[in-house]
Amino acid sequence: MDNAVFRTRDLTKIYRTGEVEVRALNGVDSELYEGEMTVLLGPSGSGKSTYLNIVGGLDRPTSGTVHFKDRELTAYSERKLTLYRRDHVGFVFQFYNLIPSLTAWENVALVTEVARDPMTPDEALALVDLGDRMTHFPAQLSGGEQQRVAIARAIAKQPEVLLCDEPTGALDSKTGILVLEALAKINDELGTTTAIITHNAAIQEIAHRVISFIDGKISQVQVNETRIKPAEVVW
Amino acid sequence: MRVLDRKLYRDLGRLWAQALAIALVMACGVATLILSVGAYRSLEDTRSAFYDRYRFGTVFASATRAPNHLRSRIENISGVASAELRIVKPVLIDVIGMREPASGIVVSIPEFRDPSVNRLYLRQGRLPEAGRENEVAVVETFADAHEFRPGDTFEAIMNGRKRPLKIVGTVLSPEYIYAIGPGDMVPDPRRYGVFFMSQKALGGLFDMEGAFNDVSLATVRDAELRAIIDDLDALLKPYGGTGAHDREDQISHAFLDSELNQLQAMSSIIPPIFLLVAAFLVNMIMSRLIALEREQVGLLKALGYGNLTIGGHYAKLVVAIALVGLVIGSTAGLWLGRGLTRLYAEFFSFPFLIFRQSIDLYILAGSVTVAAALAGAVKAIWSTVALPPAVAMSPPAPTTYRSFFFGRLQRLGILSQLSVMAVRHLIRWPVRSFLTTLGTSLSVALLITSLFAYDSIDFMIDTIFFQADRQDATLSFSQDLSPNALFAVAALPGVIKAEPFRRTAVKLRNGHRELRMAILGVPENANLSRILDLDLNPMQAPQAGMVISERVAEKLDLRPGDFVEVELMERNNRIVEVEVGRLAQGPVGRPDTGGPATPGAIAVSGLAQSYVGLTAYMRSEALDRLLRDGRQVSGARIQVDSARLPALYSEIKRTPAIASIALQGVSRTRFRETIEQNITTSTTVYITLAIIITFGVIYNSARIQLSERARELASLRVFGFTRAEVSSVLMIELSIIVLLAQPLGWLLGYGLSWMVVQGFANDLFRIPLVVSAQTFAYSSLVVVAAALVSALIVRRRVDRLDLIRVLKTRE
Repeated sequence: MDNAVFRTRDLTKIYRTGEVEVRALNGVDSELYEGEMTVLLGPSGSGKSTYLNIVGGLDRPTSGTVHFKDRELTAYSERKLTLYRRDHVGFVFQFYNLIPSLTAWENVALVTEVARDPMTPDEALALVDLGDRMTHFPAQLSGGEQQRVAIARAIAKQPEVLLCDEPTGALDSKTGILVLEALAKINDELGTTTAIITHNAAIQEIAHRVISFIDGKISQVQVNETRIKPAEVVW
Repeated sequence: MRVLDRKLYRDLGRLWAQALAIALVMACGVATLILSVGAYRSLEDTRSAFYDRYRFGTVFASATRAPNHLRSRIENISGVASAELRIVKPVLIDVIGMREPASGIVVSIPEFRDPSVNRLYLRQGRLPEAGRENEVAVVETFADAHEFRPGDTFEAIMNGRKRPLKIVGTVLSPEYIYAIGPGDMVPDPRRYGVFFMSQKALGGLFDMEGAFNDVSLATVRDAELRAIIDDLDALLKPYGGTGAHDREDQISHAFLDSELNQLQAMSSIIPPIFLLVAAFLVNMIMSRLIALEREQVGLLKALGYGNLTIGGHYAKLVVAIALVGLVIGSTAGLWLGRGLTRLYAEFFSFPFLIFRQSIDLYILAGSVTVAAALAGAVKAIWSTVALPPAVAMSPPAPTTYRSFFFGRLQRLGILSQLSVMAVRHLIRWPVRSFLTTLGTSLSVALLITSLFAYDSIDFMIDTIFFQADRQDATLSFSQDLSPNALFAVAALPGVIKAEPFRRTAVKLRNGHRELRMAILGVPENANLSRILDLDLNPMQAPQAGMVISERVAEKLDLRPGDFVEVELMERNNRIVEVEVGRLAQGPVGRPDTGGPATPGAIAVSGLAQSYVGLTAYMRSEALDRLLRDGRQVSGARIQVDSARLPALYSEIKRTPAIASIALQGVSRTRFRETIEQNITTSTTVYITLAIIITFGVIYNSARIQLSERARELASLRVFGFTRAEVSSVLMIELSIIVLLAQPLGWLLGYGLSWMVVQGFANDLFRIPLVVSAQTFAYSSLVVVAAALVSALIVRRRVDRLDLIRVLKTRE
């Protein structure tokens, strides 16, 4: 298939914290395809977050290459990486990472102000069903609501890819499902290529494709013939 | 960037307490600069405006009795704009109800016109009318000291006769802004006054019709003063001229200059210290504050914001805080500066005040402050934006702590686990710990720098009044008398002991360096008034040669053993040039036979006198030989039975041969009052600012420490440690820093004080560098108290830590 958005070859990342050396990625070859929802599965420390950070332009590999469409990300300068993140990538993090001093609406506007062709913050918040909570500060929102603000913020710029690192990790099953529904809706309606990290195997059934990580390597790639709706996920 | 600006606005709101504390630290630095430099410039401007508008002379001379027809020749000297020929005579004053004798000078004013030089500013009433022998205008300070108003009367002994005088007006004169009596160190307007009477009346009273004994010249711009002085000297020499001089040697101007110089020294040393210390502290605080924003910086990067945009955002935060500081500082500085200027102006009795607005100060203070704050922030911003966003967003990797020897102490039960936590944290970040310690110690240093003046002045007063000049009073004769006069002095009521002295005005010269001063001839074994060497031990004037003070030696570039040229200014109408080395047969200041040998230094200078004025001592016999007119005395130092003072006073009031009496006790009190009045005001301001700085720094350090370790501390609470135990981790760290900061602060404070002393030194005053134990203790106490208060505030925050929330967010 030639519609790969991301293609990695021999991707390796070694972290040194203090005196300890950690091989977070160990020669990963992979593809993420356009319009697909991919779930990256694996136990903690398996390298999935590192993988996501690198393809999202948040970090650089120690060796190996990443191609975004036909461009080589790994050759990008710091400045080009910034522009890449600004124009093409939306992020959702486990701990929401909202700016506490900005309201929900303003947290989204933070992105729309620098994006090339954004939707309005109101539209983005409406997509995640938060149209009525726009003037609330993060501290006044529940965890699920905060995560949906983060999703609205990620998709407001209409990115080509949406990268989510444990988006439901800090949430209970009920709110977790709400968040997954928001992600699925965006993938369906906007056709945004989406990658979701989780260590919750139950989630994998909502994806088109599941990539499993173990010890910094991809152990298995599985294509789901039938997908279930987020509401049907058994937590 | 509207949303980013909103974030900025809200961040400021969130950080308001810390932002305000930082802004206040900056404000203090800014205020010090604006207040003291502003006050100095305003006074300087006021003085020159007063000089200009009231035509203060530029060349001054006196003679014994010169004919008025010299006027045209004086006016024809090239460069002279106008000349005022006057009669200036000493008077003794008798004010009803005042025990001690007062003295002053009476100055003639021309009839039917304003003086062309040294005009008077009329504050109240009018000027004396032509020829009225009983009408007098008095300087305002004298009138105020006695609560005199126009219409009041007092008595004066003029030319040996007592006369009633009626005050018709009070005036201010540019010539007598600083009216200082003989033997006094600071003006005492109660005991010394300047009086103005009609020229005609004074001519009659002093047998000076058609003659003058004093001249003031106004000169054209760029006039060659040196040449004018030479010409004037040549004209006056036959009439007892004692040598013309320019403003530099005019007493009022010189004292005023010295005061302004001190003010300038204060404004050129203390404010930069404050400003730089404040800047350093702001720099330190800012960099730590921004470092705390690491995760938000990471997020902004992840969202696609560029480094410049993010940097600009935080720069705005910093600049906003700096601007608040600048505004507070400028306002406070302006307000305090005006107050200080007013206070000084009152002390100097200027007729009006000119406040100068100095834009350059605001620009200077503003740019130093903003630059320091930005520099601090840039460091932190840069180190954060340089990280890949993924790394920035996660908390910093666990730091490698080292165990050192604490483990053993711990096992022995000497250090608790919590203390180990605190100590390891300090040691793990040596640079940061050092900077915080340095910041705290700078607070100690600032306090010492503000406070030490009191110690130095106490020491100075003790040295001058109890080590060196221990007499109760100094009598000055109207003219030099034979040594027999000493017997008359000894016979005065209440006099227990009398020591003669001889004084002669000279110019000391070494190459092109020259000083106008006096040589004091002192008897062998003088015990009331003693010369002190550099170590403040009493010493004798050498049999031959001269002892000079350190300041004189410095100004003339003389060392013990050098020769100096002495120009005698005022004996028997003759001016002689003598090379003292040859004549006195001894090198300057060599402690030869008779003096204690202190080899190898200017061991011979009288350091006690060195705090005040310029001094040179010789043995009386040696001075007599130099002057070639036999043994003479100019006055006497006396020790008095205080019970018989009133009798002594009334006797002196009746003795025309005694021109003045300087009372050490009164002089000392007055000196202390004046100095304290001048110093207290500015010192109070500096201390207040130093305390604010101290508080701002320590509070911020503690708050930042709390933010940096909130997670760790919350975890401790979760593990079951009590609030007190958890707070103790922070408190131990804080107290170690505060304790270590004390000795360092003392050292820095002593150094800064030394700089202030160097900047203060001038011909009239030098302050010794003395810092008492109390000053060290007080400074430390203030800092410790500020630390305690800050600690308590932070402690309350530790108590309120939201355990769940702290633990839930991020890992």
